[in-house]
Amino acid sequence: MSATPGTDHDTARHALLTMWTIRRFEEAVDDLFARGLMHGTMHLSIGQEASATGACLALRTDDAITSTHRGHGHCIAKGADLTRMMAELLAKETGYCRGRGGSMHIADTATGNLGANGIVAGGIPIAAGAALAFKMRAEDRVVACFFGDGAANEGAFHEAVNLAAIWKLPVVFICENNKYGMSFSTEKSFAIENISERAAAYGIPGTTVDGNDLDEVYGAVSAAVDRARAGEGPTLVENVTYRWKGHSKSDKNLYRTKEEIAEWRAKDPILRFEARVKESGLLTEEEVQLIRTQAMEDMRAAVREANAAPDADPSDLLDAVFARA
Amino acid sequence: MSSTQTSTSADLGTDRVITYSEAVREAIGQAMEADDRVFMLGEDIGVYGGAFGVSGDLYHRFGAERIRDTPISELGIVGAAVGAALVGMRPIVEIQFSDFTNQAMDQIVNQAAKIHYMLGGAMSVPMVLRAPLGSGTGAAAQHSQSLEAWFAHVPGLKVVMPATAADAKGLLLSAIDDPNPVIVLEHKLLYRTSGPVPEEAVRVPLGQSAVRRRGEHLTIVGTGVMVSRALEAAEVLAADGIDVSVIDPRTLTPLDDAPIHEDVSRTGRALLVQEAPGHVGFTAELSARIAESPTIYRLLAPVRRLSGLDAPIPYAPQLETASVPQVADIVESAKTLVKES
Ligand SMILES: Cc1ncc(C[n+]2csc(CCOP(=O)(O)OP(=O)(O)O)c2C)c(N)n1
Ligand SMILES: [Mg+2]
Repeated sequence: MSATPGTDHDTARHALLTMWTIRRFEEAVDDLFARGLMHGTMHLSIGQEASATGACLALRTDDAITSTHRGHGHCIAKGADLTRMMAELLAKETGYCRGRGGSMHIADTATGNLGANGIVAGGIPIAAGAALAFKMRAEDRVVACFFGDGAANEGAFHEAVNLAAIWKLPVVFICENNKYGMSFSTEKSFAIENISERAAAYGIPGTTVDGNDLDEVYGAVSAAVDRARAGEGPTLVENVTYRWKGHSKSDKNLYRTKEEIAEWRAKDPILRFEARVKESGLLTEEEVQLIRTQAMEDMRAAVREANAAPDADPSDLLDAVFARA
Repeated sequence: MSSTQTSTSADLGTDRVITYSEAVREAIGQAMEADDRVFMLGEDIGVYGGAFGVSGDLYHRFGAERIRDTPISELGIVGAAVGAALVGMRPIVEIQFSDFTNQAMDQIVNQAAKIHYMLGGAMSVPMVLRAPLGSGTGAAAQHSQSLEAWFAHVPGLKVVMPATAADAKGLLLSAIDDPNPVIVLEHKLLYRTSGPVPEEAVRVPLGQSAVRRRGEHLTIVGTGVMVSRALEAAEVLAADGIDVSVIDPRTLTPLDDAPIHEDVSRTGRALLVQEAPGHVGFTAELSARIAESPTIYRLLAPVRRLSGLDAPIPYAPQLETASVPQVADIVESAKTLVKES
């Protein structure tokens, strides 16, 4: 859709703002939770912002995504409303799911987000099905399907990728390999080097990129989206990245070292992109500071507005169990 | 004295008799003609015509795009149906044997059933999952189960068990129209039975019990193949002077229990029959509803349940028959119940 983020001024601005917005949103969630102001559980995507942002930059508004338990970034990158997201997490009636879904079930029809998922790999067959519908109706639309390294060991992954391959469905499978499925490392859970190698088993292209490099992610996903639009079928793109925070709120980080975390913090995808665009002169230092400020202000406004909204109402809990004709 | 409802030609306003599986096929064909969004996916439903021959010639009429053969990937195909439904299609999934819904349970229970609710009503999953259930074909334990109570226990799923050819068509048409995931469980032994079925696309609403027969002494409630067995038993009992009602709830969810309360209040006796194992089954829910309502004051005898054994379905024909209620078992239970009071 857009010109390469690393070479086009407006795209770079948009990409950087998106990444900072995700970062600030996740930090706010972390903070609200730590202060006991938010309940439930959260899976934060700090450190993985380039993956969500680069991939969604390659999509049009009417393209769809399916997301995961670690889905705030995908949701924001696809264009969701921050206040409605925050309101959902804060258990408000104005939240995306009226407090029925929470962090793991946010969807947004307006931006083609078919939903996060609390079930590892649950969204992968759903993505194939949405792509099947687009293809049957001859609509020029693509589905980007996000999932983790852990999900690639679920049967759902294999069944869905095969279906998409045999039917040449317009879907891009995006594996966010952040090195762990909870505590279990990819070294232990895979006997192959790169998860993208699995593409060969289904007769589709597979590629592994540096998931902390926005331009690389954008390039790989764009190529896959073009292929999907051309009717040539799915691609498996593996974004190698890392989550800075624990898996969820219960994580004591017993399975990885401080050094490893520090090493990956040094590969901060946002600072890397910032440095690149400043160096090339695409964005000035001043512009970068303005973007940072805007992300912070947007997040604060979202928290403020969400906090002021009415709490989710328990009076009609049976209301949405069934859809009405 | 006794009257049978919604299964005679006169009630249905037609003389045309077709089989249950033809009725299912006709419903799908008419729905597909009327609505481009409707399509079917499942294993061997194309040229092969379906494991039980239900899809038959639909492939030749509608082509491979809309009568879509799939690999043997139950989780994948149900998930694909969920995804297609989410973006506006009306998929009908055929699962070859209802036992294989186990492979697809995540998509049925965690996804299809909950999406509308979890998203606060923002999206819905208008899909139908059809699957043959039940014993009687010598296919043994992994191809003969009756798992309807599992589905009925999950909020967000509608569960349909058509007992007649007319209902097989009319209920399926309603299921396809419905904006929710609907599980339609077709008893294998019914596929070859026949009955009058209107040629037009006449809907039978979900959530409306059918009173198949009205009697004085006892109310028998059952679904699926148990309906015809109960009606047969009723004939035998009539010869002995016992006059029974037979009520077919038709849909487990939504459940229309008013006709059951009404009839049991009148006869004072309830015999609840199911093929599935009795432990924690659907008839336990019916029994509880009677116990929790004023209907209990009208009982002349305790509610009686007649169910399949709490065991897997065995292979040998005499073992298989002995594992689930047959006509003679219903007759005997009915007599005991009447005698007890
Ligand atoms: C089917 C299923 N199994 C287990 C879980 C519990 N669980 C939630 S997230 C998770 C790890 C998933 O790892 P991965 O797919 O790599 O995603 P990541 O958390 O790393 O983003 C686990 C085990 C679950 N939600 N669903
Ligand atoms: Mg992971």
